[in-house]
Amino acid sequence: MNERRIISVIVSNEHGVLSRISGLFAGRGYNIETLTVAPIPNTNFSRFTISTKGSVQVIEQITKQLHKLIPTLKVMEHKEHDVDNIQKEMALLKFPDSESVADIDALSKAYNGGVVNVGDNVIVVMVADEPFRIKQFIKATEKYNPVEIVRGGVVAIER
Amino acid sequence: MKMTGAKMVCEALKCEGVKTVFGYPGGAIMNVYDEIYKQDYFEHILNRHEQASVHAADGYARATGKTGVAIVTSGPGFTNAVTGLATAYMDSIPMVVISGQVPLSLIGTDGFQEIDAVGISRPCTKHNFLVKTIEELPRIIKEAFYIASSGRPGPVHIDIPKCITAQEGSFDYPTSVNMPTYKPHTKGNVRQIKKAVQTIKKAQKPLLYIGGGVTLSNSYEMVRDLAAFSGIPAVETLMARGTLRSDDELLLGMVGMHGTYAANMAMSECDVLISLGARFDDRVTGKLEEFAVDAEIIHVDVDPTSIGKLVDVDYPIVGDIYKVLQDMLPIVKENLEHGRYEKWRKLLEKYKNLHPLKYEDSDEVIKPQWAIERIGELIGDDAIITSDVGQHQMWAAMHYPFNNARQWINSGGLGTMGYGFPAALGAKKGQPEKVVVNITGDGSILMNMQELITAAEYNIPVINVILNNNYLGMVRQWQTFFYDKRHSETDLSFGPDFVKLAQSCGGVGYNVETKAEFDKAIEDAIKVNKVTFINVAVDRLENVLPMVPAGGSLYNMMLEYKD
Repeated sequence: MNERRIISVIVSNEHGVLSRISGLFAGRGYNIETLTVAPIPNTNFSRFTISTKGSVQVIEQITKQLHKLIPTLKVMEHKEHDVDNIQKEMALLKFPDSESVADIDALSKAYNGGVVNVGDNVIVVMVADEPFRIKQFIKATEKYNPVEIVRGGVVAIER
Repeated sequence: MKMTGAKMVCEALKCEGVKTVFGYPGGAIMNVYDEIYKQDYFEHILNRHEQASVHAADGYARATGKTGVAIVTSGPGFTNAVTGLATAYMDSIPMVVISGQVPLSLIGTDGFQEIDAVGISRPCTKHNFLVKTIEELPRIIKEAFYIASSGRPGPVHIDIPKCITAQEGSFDYPTSVNMPTYKPHTKGNVRQIKKAVQTIKKAQKPLLYIGGGVTLSNSYEMVRDLAAFSGIPAVETLMARGTLRSDDELLLGMVGMHGTYAANMAMSECDVLISLGARFDDRVTGKLEEFAVDAEIIHVDVDPTSIGKLVDVDYPIVGDIYKVLQDMLPIVKENLEHGRYEKWRKLLEKYKNLHPLKYEDSDEVIKPQWAIERIGELIGDDAIITSDVGQHQMWAAMHYPFNNARQWINSGGLGTMGYGFPAALGAKKGQPEKVVVNITGDGSILMNMQELITAAEYNIPVINVILNNNYLGMVRQWQTFFYDKRHSETDLSFGPDFVKLAQSCGGVGYNVETKAEFDKAIEDAIKVNKVTFINVAVDRLENVLPMVPAGGSLYNMMLEYKD
């Protein structure tokens, strides 16, 4: 039984740490669905947020192996719809300007976003919401013929 | 104090108390070798291949418990060292390997002898470092030694660009490490330990499953105490031979693919399995679905990732075996009565007598098992036995009378042919008063035979007993059993003249075909005080038995093979 998990990893902000983490997944055949990384302000640490899928045993091994890495300070594991944390993902989408700006704007507002740019040929929209809502939004906008979709990957924070 | 990075390396090794370093120089590490030339605190052994340097440092570490050190150059020097790193990583051996690297300005430009060393060593080391400034060099070396020897030990690799070893900086070697992200958990949870003891108390058929972690944590005496007090029978993994004395009545022998009948049956039938520093390797468990199905499992390991990795565990105890046993032994002594397991032990005794380890001895040709038992009779506890990988390794593990931890040194996890000879050199440097015997095969010995020169130059008198069947024996055995005797590329009849080979490098060689010649060669080799090759012509088609075919259940052993 495969389950989806969001894993937050706090690591020393040093060179090579990204390849330690991605190598851990690759070498054991585990899958990374999304990955976001940024330094934690005013510290020497970075925060990785990884979404992955696997059996309970695999997820347990992943968290233990992540913790075993020397630069790892802390590992936190969340289920997809856990109430103890907030999960958000951001996406940017590009539509042809032949589509209705008003319709797209209205739809994206419902997903905590809006039109961020209207250029010569394209409309660019940003939405930020829970990961499953982002999926819904992408599905809902299919009929407006998006030309490009960029998903940001999940970030999570405890309540 | 101001000094170059190269001098810092030597000074740091001195601060760590390193007396023996194995290595091989080259362009990117020359600054360090210049400082090695100028110092006389530690001895440097020039192996004739970087792989051998790392195996020698590994053998030194296994024989002494100290952290082994090897130094190599960039590019091919480093890639040659990788097998040594991986070997040590799989067996959790504390080691620091320092490699040179091209100058920082050339990294990423495909410079001469440049390779992404930390990229390669990442999956086969406990940790690695690329040094980017002279300021961080002392701290990194300090951390490397700390990481290598603490928690679950392992090899640590430091890659130092040439510009850093040339640069001057101030050297102030740290006296302690400050690593907020690395704090190995060594003390076991006492409540969990108490629960485990209660479970043992209720058990009718408990079994100690002893792994290499007992040796690594120097707790073999406590394990002997635990076994002797409780009367719980025990099995040992390949890595744990010598933990209990070979003549200990409680010891059922080695467990796993080439384990004894009694050990494998005990594993299959026990009701409480107490795993101490073992990791449920596939060569031990056989088919997982049928492994110890009736047993509640207590698993003590310093590495949480080892627990529950392959087998569900009922009582996980994360901690150093030494500290866990310090807490556990008094609780055991309070709660358990001595010798409660009469019925279970009688059953196991029956298994022991039903199918003991055996072979058909011969007067015509030397049997490899006989040769190993004979070394045991002639040298016994005075020997450290190293081995390569294959049939000879299994026969040595099964038939040698090991009576001490650190007496048996072999590449268990990675299974590296060519490990035994350089590891023997390291072991002899670490324990010079011991007789060091490398039990090897005619395939394996060729994989690091250049070490004859090293052994002769530095007068490191190790004895290599080559059990020569003119085959790559273990593969040949599998081909016989499982591939309809298609002996594909395993006939090694075209071999060297081992006597001349040894002589040409400054050693002594013996050809042995009879038992009398064998005894004479061993006795002479001990006296001659030179590196020796004893080329023993053994029965070509002898098989390692019993055997659990790969993927089979432990209780389903092949006890004999009839053509």
